[in-house]
Amino acid sequence: MTPSSERLSSTTAFDRTSWTHLLEFAACEVFDIMLGTRLQPYTSQAVAANDEFTALVGLAGSLCGVLSIRCANQSARIMASLMLGMPPEEVDNDSWDALGEVANMIAGNFKGKLSGIGNHCMLSVPTIIVGSDYKTRSLGPGKTLEAVFDFDHKPLWVTLEVHD
Amino acid sequence: MSQIRALIVDDSSVMRKIVERSLRQAGIDLSHVIEAGNGVEALGLLDSNTVDLILCDINMPVMDGLELVRHLQTIDKLRGVPVVMITTEGSESNVIQALSLGAKGYIRKPFTPDQVKEHVLPVLGV
Repeated sequence: MTPSSERLSSTTAFDRTSWTHLLEFAACEVFDIMLGTRLQPYTSQAVAANDEFTALVGLAGSLCGVLSIRCANQSARIMASLMLGMPPEEVDNDSWDALGEVANMIAGNFKGKLSGIGNHCMLSVPTIIVGSDYKTRSLGPGKTLEAVFDFDHKPLWVTLEVHD
Repeated sequence: MSQIRALIVDDSSVMRKIVERSLRQAGIDLSHVIEAGNGVEALGLLDSNTVDLILCDINMPVMDGLELVRHLQTIDKLRGVPVVMITTEGSESNVIQALSLGAKGYIRKPFTPDQVKEHVLPVLGV
C-alpha cells in the first residue's frame, strides 16, 4: 500500500474489493501527507487494548454510513505528536482531537475517490469514544469494510460501515 | 511580503496549529494569528481584530464555514478580506459554492505545505 498522487476512482456501485482498496489507500494517503508515516498492514493477530480511543465520522447522502478509526491511547498520542511536531509526552487532549481529525480526513478522502459520490455525501463532525467496552448497532442492513494497519507496532483499525 | 495577520477557523485545535505551521513553512510572515472554533467565534473575534487573511474549515458546529463566508460578505469592513477554505469537504459542488459566496481559494485536506503556499500566496497578491 504505497500512497502516491495517483487518483483512484470507482463507480458508485458497492464492490467490496475495490472499496476496501480505496479505504486503505485513503487512510495511507492521510497518514503519509499529514503525519509523514507510511502505514503497513498489521500482520499479527490484532488484539484490542483496554485504553482505546475510537473516532466516528458519519456519512449521509448518496453514501450513508459510519467511518471509524480505533487505536490505543498511546497510538493516538503519537499521531497527535507527529501532526503537531511535538514530543508525545507534551500532547494532552490533543490526541482526541487529532484522532477525530484523522478520521474526518480519511472519510473525506475516501468519498472523494468515489466517482459521483463526493458531491452528494456530507460528513458529520467527529465523535470520540474513550475506552473499548462498548458496542454499536446499526438500525438498518449494511456492509462492513475493515483495514487493520500497523501504527507504531500496534494495531489501528479503519472501518467503514455502509448502510444500504 | 509585509507581515500578515491571520484568522484560522477550524473546530479542531490540532488542525488550527497545523495550518499555522503550514503558513509559516510557506514563507508567510505572520505577525499575529488568532483562532476560532466555528463561524460565530470567528465573527466575534473579527469585531475587535483586524486580519489580512482568513483560513476556514467548512464542516464545523454552530456556524459552518460557508455560512461564515456568507456573513463576511454582508459586513463592509470584512468583505475584502481574502478567505481560503481548508476542508475535507472537497467536492466540486462545495468548491463552487464556496467560491461563489466569496472565498478566494480552496485547499483539500489532507494537504501539504506546498499546497498551502500554492493557494494562499496568490490571494495575498504574492
